[in-house]
Amino acid sequence: MTKPKIFTKKLNKQDQHIVSKIKNAEILVMGCSAGGFSIIYDLVLNFPENFPLPVLIVIHRSRKYKSLIEEQLNLNGKLKVKMAEDKERIKKGIVYFAPPDYHLLVEDGGSLSLDYSELVHFCRPAIDATFQSAADVYKEKVIAVLLSGTNEDGAEGIAYISELNGLTVVQDPDSAEFRTMPQAAIEKANVDLILNNLQIAELMNDINRVKNQLE
Amino acid sequence: MLTAKLITLEQVEEIIDLVRKVYGFDLGGYSRASIKRRLVRIMLIKDFTVFELKSQIINDNDFFEEFLQQITVNVTEMFRDPGFFKAVREKVLPYLSSYPRIKVWNAGCSSGEELYSFAILLAEEELYDRSFLYGTDINSLVLESAKKGIYDIKKMKQNSENYIASGSIRSLANYYIAQYDAVAINTSLKKNTLFSIHNLVTDGVFNEFQIVSCRNVLIYFTVELQERVLKLFYESLCPLGFLCLGSKEFLRNGELARKFRVIDKTENIYQKIE
Repeated sequence: MTKPKIFTKKLNKQDQHIVSKIKNAEILVMGCSAGGFSIIYDLVLNFPENFPLPVLIVIHRSRKYKSLIEEQLNLNGKLKVKMAEDKERIKKGIVYFAPPDYHLLVEDGGSLSLDYSELVHFCRPAIDATFQSAADVYKEKVIAVLLSGTNEDGAEGIAYISELNGLTVVQDPDSAEFRTMPQAAIEKANVDLILNNLQIAELMNDINRVKNQLE
Repeated sequence: MLTAKLITLEQVEEIIDLVRKVYGFDLGGYSRASIKRRLVRIMLIKDFTVFELKSQIINDNDFFEEFLQQITVNVTEMFRDPGFFKAVREKVLPYLSSYPRIKVWNAGCSSGEELYSFAILLAEEELYDRSFLYGTDINSLVLESAKKGIYDIKKMKQNSENYIASGSIRSLANYYIAQYDAVAINTSLKKNTLFSIHNLVTDGVFNEFQIVSCRNVLIYFTVELQERVLKLFYESLCPLGFLCLGSKEFLRNGELARKFRVIDKTENIYQKIE
């Protein structure tokens, strides 16, 4: 398998297929487990006010402890951040976190639903469940980002999005705190971009720039 | 092979149509993303293609029974969401303690863990003898196991943790007998219970209840079906009866919501007021 090139600078003409995927995109989905929370936190904190896509985020977290990540980010960031609710309509400019202990699914027509079915890779919420259902509805118009983690959740989802021609981005395992999760995705799928933390942040700016110029 | 590729959303619609035509069973009000996950699961277990799945649905009644069992989610625990059971103990049961009869309907009861959790609460508040608990589900196989009240001993650790977190001072082990790798719920907790088939999509009101509890069922339904089922619950409640929903299930704004008052906002417990 050829290793995708590492993408560093601002998007230019050579990255035309990436640019066109970004132009086309209608949703951003991100997933992380151990070692990825602070990156997610920083990314969401720095989303600009007019970020052009809705964002779905799945983090593996225990239902036993109350987590304040949504409230903190909603308070300190520029975008509205909330825990996803069942049958909620997906809207641009809102960041939705999967609630602990439920899979977060995307429904035809662009709404969310919650699902309390079996664990996937010992996880609920599972990144795969959200990625797969987002791809079923949004097809090639998905941008997916998979970060650090200690199991293989997300790899199937990334592979599926890749097959449907969405844009797939995986954290460089060398820069991830735990490499298992990004590594599994890279082995399973022909991912578009393998990026370090800084590059992922830059990509978010690129998405904002490309999409907002277009609109 | 990627599991999500086994069946497309269009093919999910075809299966729903087929089940409606062949068996008169309507899955049309179910959330498609969940149904797709269930179908993928069945196809993996059976090693079926979409074509084989369709052909089995058409030709094999026995397979359809199994299909129905797998199409609904039957993941449950005793005292799931301990905060909810704490709220029932503190805010609902004291209110009902003066009632001569307390009828509870646990809709979508699956294998019965939640119904027995209610039974334990009622017993601890010394209300069990005047209570009757109805558990219903569309799935006859899970109802069989609910009736037996026999559970895998491996699940009892989580169940006990939930029970303790719900604010009880006793031990869950008081309520079951363990033998080998299973536990059996005490017969005394089973005597005022009845488990029976009821389809929330097609069946109507069958009794009047002081408590209707339906948790983590509505999330699998579309908004339209959710509204219909909530109306059914409203009609099944006595005046001032209590409606209990799952932690992610709300009475949305609207006409029906105005007929209830909120008893516990986080645990989604409501009381019918008109």
